[in-house]
Amino acid sequence: MSARASRTGRSLFLLAPLLLFLAGFFVWPLFSMMSQAVSDTAVLRLLPQSAEVLAGWDRKSPPTPEMQTALIADLKAVEDTQALGDMVRRLNSARSGFRTLMSKTTSALSDEADPPADLVSIDKRWERPEFWLAIADALSPLTDRNLLAAVDLGRNADGEIEHLPADQSVNRVILVRTFWISALVTFACIAIGYPYAIIAASLSGWKRDVMLAAVLLPLWTSLLVRTAAWFILLQEQGLINDVLQMLGLTSGPVQLIFNRTGVVIAMTHVLLPFMVLPIYSVLITIPKNLMPAAASLGAHPLRAFLRVLLPLSLRGVAAGSLLVFISAIGYYITPALIGGPGDQMISSIIAFYAIGSANWGMAGALGVVLLAATLVLYSVYARLSADEPGRR
Amino acid sequence: MALRFSKLAFSVLAILFLVAPLIAILPLAFTSSVILTYPIPSWSMRWFTELFTADAWRRAIVNSLIIGTGTTLLATVLGTAASLGLRNRLVFFRGTFRTLFLLPMVVPAVVLGVGMQVLLARFGLTNSYAGVIIAHTVVAVPFVVVSVTGALAGIDERVELAAESLGAPPATVFRRVTLPLALPGVLSGAVLAFATSLDEVVLTLFVAGPNQRTLARQMFSSIRENISPAIAAAAFLFIAATIAIGLIVVLSRSVLAKRRAPVH
Repeated sequence: MSARASRTGRSLFLLAPLLLFLAGFFVWPLFSMMSQAVSDTAVLRLLPQSAEVLAGWDRKSPPTPEMQTALIADLKAVEDTQALGDMVRRLNSARSGFRTLMSKTTSALSDEADPPADLVSIDKRWERPEFWLAIADALSPLTDRNLLAAVDLGRNADGEIEHLPADQSVNRVILVRTFWISALVTFACIAIGYPYAIIAASLSGWKRDVMLAAVLLPLWTSLLVRTAAWFILLQEQGLINDVLQMLGLTSGPVQLIFNRTGVVIAMTHVLLPFMVLPIYSVLITIPKNLMPAAASLGAHPLRAFLRVLLPLSLRGVAAGSLLVFISAIGYYITPALIGGPGDQMISSIIAFYAIGSANWGMAGALGVVLLAATLVLYSVYARLSADEPGRR
Repeated sequence: MALRFSKLAFSVLAILFLVAPLIAILPLAFTSSVILTYPIPSWSMRWFTELFTADAWRRAIVNSLIIGTGTTLLATVLGTAASLGLRNRLVFFRGTFRTLFLLPMVVPAVVLGVGMQVLLARFGLTNSYAGVIIAHTVVAVPFVVVSVTGALAGIDERVELAAESLGAPPATVFRRVTLPLALPGVLSGAVLAFATSLDEVVLTLFVAGPNQRTLARQMFSSIRENISPAIAAAAFLFIAATIAIGLIVVLSRSVLAKRRAPVH
């Protein structure tokens, strides 16, 4: 074995543990989240015999005796009442009326003294193919229901995609809100961070150190500590309200917490360093004599800024904005603690579905939407920061 | 003149915005009152006593230390080994590996949390220390990789080649040359991994049971449910620990640098 090959072998041996670890505990969890979003086994799990028989059904003719016998056998075999509830909920969402039909059927089947001959004798509705069609459709282990529901779409009885009724359309509102709050935070970060970076880059010595330290200190401080600090400052008897009243700007306390204002202020504080640092790192590479040169040629400071500094530093602004926006759309802690019910972002809704109501399908589907948005934006960011001239 | 003045005013206000919240919370840790407001009626250590004696807080501090230590060890070993492997330019997919190693920093914590909970439940690892340490390691490892890769990039490879040409076997070259030179990067990676674990809330929310409540998790639910100055005391500890760890890193770096400085 040559020395080169043995070195490569050694490198792979060193890389392998982390690769395996991340494959198992990072890539796999993301895939299982995605598969939760499209998996739909609530019905298939309980009706294995019906699944076999229904596979041979033409989907139009009235139910055959075999289909009824298979369904009766499946329903009699069910012992897990929670799984039965899941299945009924799933079927009822495809065809309303299943809830009453199923409870009537199961109670009739459990009647040992007078066992029903077939399903039609329990309820006439079992003659109609629509109900069997709903079961047949729900037997497929894969579904796009959750993914469609994540963007407020659904399938009607004919299987066509359509908008959900307004009272069920909550997710689109939350997605729009997530992007809107993130955009507000990004603008606030540009408004404060861009001039801040320009001033810091124009200074030297201890003044520059102070300005950079002021950015790095919050960056190193725990996110939870910063959120707690804003919670204390923004509350009704908090320092900010004290100062506002002392200055006579307001007569009573202003509501700053549990609303949009508080969320945007706290998130801007948390994410501002991610805006300042990329812009600063671009600005210090720009030769210092360009602005004086523009001025000596007669350009007004504003014109010099627009024609010289802005185009040169735009890459830093774009990188910083993407970084802030990507971080903001996934935020959970700050909106959860500082925001009111009307400021909860997509992460809170995912956490609600996962922890609060154990609806893994919806949690997974919304997770897919958030993950896709993040990865698309990140690939733009990665391209932007890889194109840095002089870094190749 | 007006421009200079407005620049100064803007800078002072922006610095105030960045730093003041962190300073404003500190005195409240020493309040004797049960509410978190100024002015402070009188000074007292009661909330630190509460922090170290109340069962929920004490257990949370112990849990944070256990989980933080486990995460630091695991993330530092995995991250350092992988960074050493990434040095070799002959490895295929080097760029892909690097991106994969950094991706946990980008993926929203809630998304990872949902997947992690599903997966750990399958292995029976929910509500266990192992599960929380694994979850924290996933998000801590990118910091180790960034910091060690940076330190390794600064090493002059001719030094290692020189050691090799003088007959040192690869293990000796690593132990006597590469590792000492990369040590500052490994150390700051370990510190960042510990800090990440200490501050992690979202994944903990998804994978930890009531017995693995960490300090950050306890702070989160305490802000949410019943806020008390114990929060300010915990925040004080966090900030003090941050400064202490920062000082340790700076000091150990300068000691290492001095030891390596050429003798005249």
